[in-house]
Parts: sequence; C-alpha cells; structure tokens
Amino acid sequence: MRNRLIIATISLLALAGCSPGSLGSSDEDGKLTLTFLVDNSAESLKPAEALAAGFTAKNPDITVDVESRPQGSEGDNIIKTRLATGDMTDVFQYNSGSLFQALAPGQNLAPVTDQAFAGDLDENFKATVSADGQLYGVPFNASMGGAILYNRKVYAQLGLTVPKTWAEFMSNNAQLKAANIAPVIQTYQDTWTSQLFVLADFHNVSAAEPAFAADYTANKTKYATSPAALKGFTHLQEVHDAGYLNSDFASAKMVDGLAQLASGKGAHYPILTSVVTSLAADHADTIGDIGLFALPGDDAAKNGLTVWASAGVYIPKSTEGAKRDAARQFLAYIASPEGCAAFAQAGPPSGPYMVKGCTLPADTPQAIKDMQPYIDAPGGSSLALEFLSPIKGPALEQITVEVGSGIRPAADGAALYDQDVKKQAQQLGLPGW
Amino acid sequence: MVTRSPYPHWFYLPAAVVYGVLFVVPTVTSFWFSLTRWTVFDSTFVGLDNFVTFFREPALVKGLTNTLIYGVVTSGLKVVLGMLLAVLLTSQIAARGWLRSVVFFPVLVSTIGIGLTFTVLMDPVDGLINQSLAVWGISGPAWLTDPSWALLSVALVDVWKGVGLATLIYIAGIVSIPAEYFEAARVDGAGAFARFRSITLPLARPATATVIILSLIGGLRSFDLIWAMTRGGPGFTSDVIASVIYKQYQAGFYGLSTAGNVVLFVLVTAIVLPLSRILNRREVEL
Repeated sequence: MRNRLIIATISLLALAGCSPGSLGSSDEDGKLTLTFLVDNSAESLKPAEALAAGFTAKNPDITVDVESRPQGSEGDNIIKTRLATGDMTDVFQYNSGSLFQALAPGQNLAPVTDQAFAGDLDENFKATVSADGQLYGVPFNASMGGAILYNRKVYAQLGLTVPKTWAEFMSNNAQLKAANIAPVIQTYQDTWTSQLFVLADFHNVSAAEPAFAADYTANKTKYATSPAALKGFTHLQEVHDAGYLNSDFASAKMVDGLAQLASGKGAHYPILTSVVTSLAADHADTIGDIGLFALPGDDAAKNGLTVWASAGVYIPKSTEGAKRDAARQFLAYIASPEGCAAFAQAGPPSGPYMVKGCTLPADTPQAIKDMQPYIDAPGGSSLALEFLSPIKGPALEQITVEVGSGIRPAADGAALYDQDVKKQAQQLGLPGW
Repeated sequence: MVTRSPYPHWFYLPAAVVYGVLFVVPTVTSFWFSLTRWTVFDSTFVGLDNFVTFFREPALVKGLTNTLIYGVVTSGLKVVLGMLLAVLLTSQIAARGWLRSVVFFPVLVSTIGIGLTFTVLMDPVDGLINQSLAVWGISGPAWLTDPSWALLSVALVDVWKGVGLATLIYIAGIVSIPAEYFEAARVDGAGAFARFRSITLPLARPATATVIILSLIGGLRSFDLIWAMTRGGPGFTSDVIASVIYKQYQAGFYGLSTAGNVVLFVLVTAIVLPLSRILNRREVEL
C-alpha cells in the first residue's frame, strides 16, 4: 500500500515536470511539429501562416504551429522571460538591430553562421542579426522604408512637385493649407507614429555627419548638440507651430491617418512603409494614388531614404536535436525565393526583400515602387540608426508627441532624449557611458 | 504569566511557508535587485545608482506631483460626494434600495473596461460627452488629449468608479449613529443642516477616516485606469509614479523599475502611516 502511494506520487511529480517544454514534440510516426512565435499584428501573422503552410507543403513530415504574442515592449518582456526560463518556442520572430542585441544572443540563441543560406542574405541585414561574429537569423518579410507617404492626386491637382529640401516641403505645405487640405497628418494616439520626423531623417543626418552613428554609440555626440540630428526635432516643432497638422492629430490613430491620406483630406503622412499592407487592404481603390518620398533635408543632392531592415527569425538554444535540424530547414526555406513568394502571397511587400534572388511582384503598390530609385542610387539610402547603434531610448515616442503637440520645445525634447538614451547605454554596459 | 496555547507551534508552518514563498522572499529579493543593473539574463551590482537615476528621471518630478494631485483630488471628491450621497440614501426617499445599487454598481465593473469605455465617450470630436455638450452650445475640452485636462479627466472617471464604495462605508457609518440623537436634536428645534453639521459629520468620523485612507492609498498607487485611458500621455503630462515605474519595466530596465517600486512603497508608507495615526487618534478622543 505504502509503495503504491510512493509510486503514485512520483509519477504525479514526473507528469508535472514535463509540462510546457515538451509540448509539440515528435510523435510516433516520425512527424515533427515546430512551434513558431510571432507578434500578433496582421502584418506578421498572415505572412507567418503563409510560411507555415508553404513549408509543410514542401516538407510533409514537419508541421509548423504559429503562436502569437503582444507587440511592443510587452512583447519584448515575454520574449526575454521565455528565453531566460528556457521556455521559448522552437523558432521565433523578433526585431533585428538594437532590440536583437538586448536578447544576449551569445547566451540564448543558436547561431546559423555555418548554414548554406547564410551566403544568400543581404549584407546589411546580416550585420543587424549578428553578434560577436556569429549570424543568428534570417529576414522575416521585406525591408521597409521610413518616409513620407503622399497623395499623388492632390499633388497633381495643385501642380506640386516632390520636394527634395525642407524649404520646398514647407512651401508645398503652405499651398496645401491654402487649398484647405491638412498638409501633414500626425496620429498621436498611436504614439510610435510620432517618431518618424526624427528616425526617418537619419539618412540626412548621416549624409551631413558620416561618423554620427559611431560617435553616438561612443557617447561623443548627442541629439541636442549635433546640428544635423537636432533638425528632426525642430522640423517636428515647425510643422506644429505653422498649423500644418490635421486638426485631430492628438486623438487620431494610425488607421484614421491612413484614411485621411487615402481620401485626400491630408496630403503627407510620415510613416513606415509596413502600413502600406493595411492601406492596400482598406483602401484598395485609391492605393494607386499614394506615392512616397524620403524625408527632405537641407541638401537636395544628398537627400535619400532611411531603410529599416526586416525583423529576424531565430532559433533559441533550447531547441535541440531533431528539432534544431528541422528549425534550420525552416530558416533555410524562409531565406529562399520560395519563402519570399510565401511572404508576397500574404500581402504586398513593404520594400525590397533582403534575400538574394527575390524580386518584387508585378502588382506592388506605387508607394513601394517609389523606394526603388533611392535604393538603386549610390548613397541614396542608409539603414536607420537603430540598426547601426545598439542604443535607442524607450521614451522617444512620448518626447516626440510632446514636441509635435507644442507641449515641449524641440531643443528641450532632444536634450531629454539624450538623457533617456543614457539609461539604455548603461543597461547594455557600453563603454564610455 | 504566559498561557500555553493548546496547539503546537508547527501548526503555523503551512501558512508561514505560503507567506514566505509568496511574500517575504520576493520582497527581500526585490530590495536586492533594486541595487543591481538587471537584464533578466544576469545582474550587476551597482549600489545606489538606480535610485540616483530614478530620481533624475525627468518624468519623475511630473509623476510625483501628478500622483499627489491625483490622490488628493480623487480622495477629496470621494469624501464629499460619498458623504452627500450617503446622507441622501439614508433619508426617506423613493426607490432607495434601487438607487443604492445604482451608486454601487460602477465599483463592480472592470477598471480596464471602464477606462476603454470612457476613452471612447471622451473623444474630443466623436465622443458622446462632447456631442451632448454641443447640443447645449458648449464646446467641451479635449478631455484626454489636452495636457491641462488629461489627468483631471482620468481622476473624474476614477471618482465615478470609486464613489460607490465610499458611499457604502458612509451609509454604514451613518446608520450606526443612534437615532435618539437625531430625535433629541429635532425636539430641540435643530434644522436639517444643523443636524448634519453637529451629529452626522462628527459621529461619522470613523467612516471618514476609513474613506480617506482607503481612497488615498488607492489614488497614490493608481495605475490601471491611467494606463487604460492615456498611458501617461499626451507625452508625459498624465504620468504618475506607478506609470513611470511601469515604463521603466517595459523598457527592460528591471533593476531601475524595482528601485522605483521601493521608492513608491516608502512614499505610500510615509504618507499613509502618520495620516492613519492622526485620524485614529482623533477617533479615540471623541
């Protein structure tokens, strides 16, 4: 009787011990299930489902289960906690660049440097998912641009031309305002959308000060003291002070901004091109009217596009044995023209793909096609600062909302952001801070 | 003379284990982690650096003043409105039981649900509140997006949600006042206002103390409603200490946010402990 009790207790404990980690393991007939964690936005879920379906069609023995997590900083914490407790899915999607560096890749991720597909990746992308000389990820979907989406129909009606300098942009704005069209759309209920005047201006910053990214990481230059970098903040204040914003800028959300742009009630919307997917889905009849130009700076000759690298797909160290092999196969599929085709099937790309041999489909929206000339021109584009430096302050979106709403002057906002960045640099243990 | 308990001391053990594992250990470790730079993956000891950084946090000064404003405004309004409602609801009025439930009802609803609902109602253009005001020719403020209104708007919603509990406490306090006092006062010719001022108000003081302390603690550490409605925005204008701490946690500054929690703990204790002493001492003197 006593022995039976002990056996019962031990088997109970054993049962309890093998909970989440072993879910989705291989079953008897040699079939394997990979779990794949992506963020819960439509722009990520749809492509992830398409990848899973395409991969299983090619490898009938491996099924991919897509799981979702919240976006933004809440999602960051879920990723970090699951990695720290060894409870991560078999493969997962996450940002490249500075956020990727914060995952302590050497400690938590399995490198894929020696895999055949490593040679097929875009060099810029490889730099954003590498740490200590090891490569850790493949690109999830296309790259994107941070730029101004504009209504081409409105431009044609008023006879405006695409501006290359800030002065030209402001004179376009004056004419738009006179025609009773909101010149610049801002949507501060989705706070992240307020950062584009600063972040997407980075090509202009690095054109004026080529060493900015390195100096910035080494604490030798700051937003408040670099004349080129400060421009992003002053521009944001200028459009507010001149009364160029849509009247509901403080209460509008990103979807409202897209609707205003598509209907021609607003003319310019500085935003990331990832929104073109929702624009194409919700405003299919007017998507052809929407074009794109890079944020104008001081020098027309040096004007160019700021590009965001794709997010990455990574394998955590906790994925072992047969599953790690299957996971590598899955990554190889993502980093192939077939993978790009699966992405394209899920929705229009937000920019060029970062895998060699992938091309844009013929029905790509005009706004995305407008990116190509910048990317083809030598020196016409650069990666955003968050891919060249591991530091990005978490409070930028609140600061840009304040500057863009006239609550805080530009210079003050830039100085505040420099303080915010310091915490991030210290947390990462960078030298010089 | 110590009386021996008939039960052995190890009867305490199960409770002590639960209390220790779920409360004492996390509290002590949090004091330790507040002294480190902590990335979840590893931690480095940095002494009091986190506290220095936390106090230099630009949003903190704003957050501190906002916390105090929020705590005092919500607590004050709950005391005044709760008292008035309780007097009304203990008098002989029609549908008293139904009205009592109506006043208490918002307390039962989820805070996040209330926050999201009021965010829609308070939309400056399409919201029901401003559209109703427009019918009367009043153009309402941009409740949640105007920096000078945002905090106050959230505080008003907090009062709407929490006044039911204050009323309930006051009703209990007023009902427990012996009816003879009111009768005697009435015989002496005291009017309704005099009865309220000289009998209800002083004799309901224990209820007032409870309401002040509960609502002040609630107001000082309030977070969920503010986060659901403004996320501390626009910019930093409606940030309170708790939302400043949460943002540090979101950004991955785990050591820093733990230090912030220690500060909040000390602050709430420093305000509430003496306050509760003062209020309770007066109660004894009565």
